[in-house]
Formats: sequence, C-alpha cells, structure tokens
Amino acid sequence: MKYALLIYSPATAEEYAAAATAGRQAAQGTGPWTDYTQAAKDAGVLLGAEQLTHIETATSVRFAGEDRLITDGPFMETKEHLLGFYLIDVPDLDAALDWARRMPVHDGQTVEVRAAMTGMAWQRVLG
Amino acid sequence: MAAGPGVTRLEHAFREEWGAVVATLARRFGDLQAAEDAAAEAFAAAAATWPETGVPPNPGGWLTVTAWRKAIDAHRAAGRAAAVDPQLLSDVTAAEEATMPDLLGDDRLGLIFACCHPALALEVRIALTLRYVAGLTTKEIAAAFLVPEPTLAQRLVRAKRKIRESGIHFEVPAAARLTERLAGVRTVVYLVFNEGFAATGGDQLIRGELCEEAIWLARLLHSLLPADSETAGLLALLLLHHSRAAARTDSAGKPVPLAEQDRSRWDAVLIAEGTSVLDEALARRSPGTYQLQAAIAALHAAAPSFDDTDWPQIALLYGSLARLDPSPVVAVNRSVAVGMADGPLAGLAVLEPVLASGALDGYSPLHAAHAALLEKAGYPERARGAWAKAAETSAVPALRDELFRRHENS
Repeated sequence: MKYALLIYSPATAEEYAAAATAGRQAAQGTGPWTDYTQAAKDAGVLLGAEQLTHIETATSVRFAGEDRLITDGPFMETKEHLLGFYLIDVPDLDAALDWARRMPVHDGQTVEVRAAMTGMAWQRVLG
Repeated sequence: MAAGPGVTRLEHAFREEWGAVVATLARRFGDLQAAEDAAAEAFAAAAATWPETGVPPNPGGWLTVTAWRKAIDAHRAAGRAAAVDPQLLSDVTAAEEATMPDLLGDDRLGLIFACCHPALALEVRIALTLRYVAGLTTKEIAAAFLVPEPTLAQRLVRAKRKIRESGIHFEVPAAARLTERLAGVRTVVYLVFNEGFAATGGDQLIRGELCEEAIWLARLLHSLLPADSETAGLLALLLLHHSRAAARTDSAGKPVPLAEQDRSRWDAVLIAEGTSVLDEALARRSPGTYQLQAAIAALHAAAPSFDDTDWPQIALLYGSLARLDPSPVVAVNRSVAVGMADGPLAGLAVLEPVLASGALDGYSPLHAAHAALLEKAGYPERARGAWAKAAETSAVPALRDELFRRHENS
C-alpha cells in the first residue's frame, strides 16, 4: 500500500528560514534527513519526497461558481504548517508507522500517516 | 420458527462460532464489515435450515464455509470480482474438504491485534474487541459504557472503515513489534474488566458481565499464547479479583471493603484456578506487572482474615511493582500494604509524595487510604477531612454513601 507521511510543524517563518538556510549550508555533508532518505531508498520503499516552501509563500485558487479567484496566502490559517511529505510503498500500516517513527523530526512536530486509495479509475492514467 | 433442538444448538454455538467465523473471514478478506455481513447471512441460513435438516456434523465448518461463499458472492456483486484473490477461492474449497491447515488460532489472534491496534482510539479498541472478539451486541456494549446505541454503532462503522482503508492487517505483528502490541491487547482486556469491577457508574448488572467478558477474553488470549507469562498473569489477576465478586457488595448493593468481607463467600474454584495459572507463569521467571498484581491478589485470597494476611510480603511485592510501574496509583495501594506491615506512619510516608504532587487530587481511593492511615496513626481531625475528600471525589453513589458514613463516624 502507498502511504503519505505528512510532516507538520508549528514553525514560524523565521524558524523556517533558519532551518532552510542551515539545510543548504549542510548540503555538502550529510544530516539526519539525508540518512533517513537514504535508508528509505535502500529499503526500496521510497516513491518520492518533497520539502515545501513556507506557508507564507502559498497562493490559493478559490472556486466560486464560474470564477477562479487567485488569492495570496494559504487555504486556511492554522498554526500547524505542512513542511513536506514522503510517499512510501509498504505492506501495511504498521510498516508505515515504523517509517514515520524513524523520522528525525523536532520535538513538537507531528507526522500524519495517510494511506492512499487504490483501484480508482483515474489512477489507470498513471499506468 | 419451532424451537427444535437445532435452534438450541445454534444458540449454544453462536458465541464461539460467530467469533471464529468473523476472525477467519476478516483475515482473508481484510474487511471486518464484509466478514460481519457474511457471518450474519451464514447464521441466518443455519437458523432457517438446521431445524429442518438437522445440525451438520461439523457446525463450525459449515458456518465458516457458508459465510466464506457469501463473502465471495458479495465481493462479486459489488463489482469487485477482480479484488477476489484466487487464493480465497481455492482456500474455501480446501476448507470445504477440510484439508485446509487449521489456522483458527492465528485468525483469532489476528482479529484481536487488529481490534486493539494503537492507531485506533482506546475506547474504540475496547468496543471493537467486545463486539468482534467477545461477540457482544452493539446494544449491550452501548448499555455497559453509557453511550447511546447509534453513537456506538457509528463509532464501530468508522473504525471498520479505518481498519480497511488505512491498511491495518489482521495479523500477529512481527517479532519486533509483538511485545509492545501484546501489552496493548492486555491493556484493553484489563480495562474491560476494570470497567466492570470498579463500576465508575451505570447499570451494575451489565457491568458485572463486563468482568465475565474480560475473563473470557483473557482465557482466549492465554490459550492462544500459553507461553506468555504476562498474559497468564493477567488471566490469574482477573480470576483472583473476580473470586471476591459475591463478597464485594452487601445485600443492599453497598460496597464492602476488603477488611470486612465475608471470606467464606469468595469463590474457591476461581481462586484455585487463578493461583495455579499464576504459579505456572511465575515458574518461568519472567516477571511483570500483571504477575506481581496477581501474586498480591493470591496472598489476599490465601489469607484467613484481613489482619492475618502476609502484609510484609504484599508490601515487598508492591515495592517491586512500584519499580516497574512508578505510577501514583500503585503508590496509593503500596501505602496501604506498608501501613499494615510497618505501621501507619510508614504508610503515610509512602503517601506523602503522592499527596504533595496533587496528581491524584480527584482520586477517591487516595483520600480513603490517607484517611484510614491518619485514623490509625491517631490524627482523628485530619482523618475527618480526608474522609470528606474521599466522599466528595467518589463517582459511585453507593461508595459515596459509605464514605460519608465514615466521615460522620470518624
């Protein structure tokens, strides 16, 4: 089954920028996220992963009748921000939870584990 | 429908067989709702045909195979023919010809582990286990936990969907996770018992049945995992606690404290069984919190009177328990034992940090233990205050009356 591991954090824009800068500076070496990603890749479970820019940079397209309204900002103002996600393919929820538990997230952050639907008609397009 | 012998046989077979059928199908179809629906159809078919045709030689096998075929039909009817694993079709044929390896133990364990999965809320785990492992009806569970029946039914529907869609499998967990997950299963069984034993409110009669259900579940778990010491410890603990059921309340339904219980009303059969299950577990020398609590209960069961109880040994066991489980509730129980073994001042010393932390301020047994120790230590004024607090914090009306009586008399 495919699972999305969604990483949420209450980080402020400043903390977020600092973390991103630190991440770039450490780009030469390896950090806990490099190790984690490598481990998932080596285990053959990793389908994809992305780290998203800060929620302040979000642009929303709102659907209202025939109109498509472009607005600056996120869909909803919340304290918890989606920082990024991993997409993995493992046998069951227990295995997905194990990968979530191994994530080197900071204290106070949360990883939400969501299974992907299967057998949907639109998915045939993906081949 | 005429009440022939077939009907009686069906009633008798119902609980055991229904759980077995649901377990077998849930594991193979990965879908509790489908298993439940197919089991219902198979039992309806049995109720309709057995009084006429007689009970088949292997009723359980008949019900399983019938339900299995109904589940495959339902899969096909729902346009999910592609989702029917060919293995399921060949397995049902093997089951029909009784050549399939007997996987029932694994099926039942798989169902228990799925119902008690930590990804489900604790009250949902309890409801699922009572519904699908113990075979209680939604109505019975709703009554026992004081929840409106539609609310409980809704919770079960949501839980079944989560199990199916989130990929919770009906399997015994891998070795690396087994210890942790098994502890979670024991917790669910223990909480079911406690809900009946401690009676935090609600209908006493239905709650007494929860103790029986928990013992049934503990027996099942022990029979499936006979070498697991803590599971044996859990069964022993529940049997020994339940042996006192008849003496725990008086004829008016008021609770009788351990010190005043008529020990001739304790159930000797349950005590003998609990003690023997415990002895076997302790011999494996793999101690744990359930075995320690059962050992304490066994010492109470063996004592001719409250005063003539091996309090020093019980205090020692509580010391070991407090090291494994340093919770304030254990400290409260330990203070009572230490008070009996080494005097009330020693007991009060154990209670001191619990009282100071304030963590259990709303916990009636803390204040009752405190009051009893103060009384014995010769502080009647302070004891009165503690009795009053115990009465105020008690949620059970019968117990509250009793505590107020002590408050008045102290």
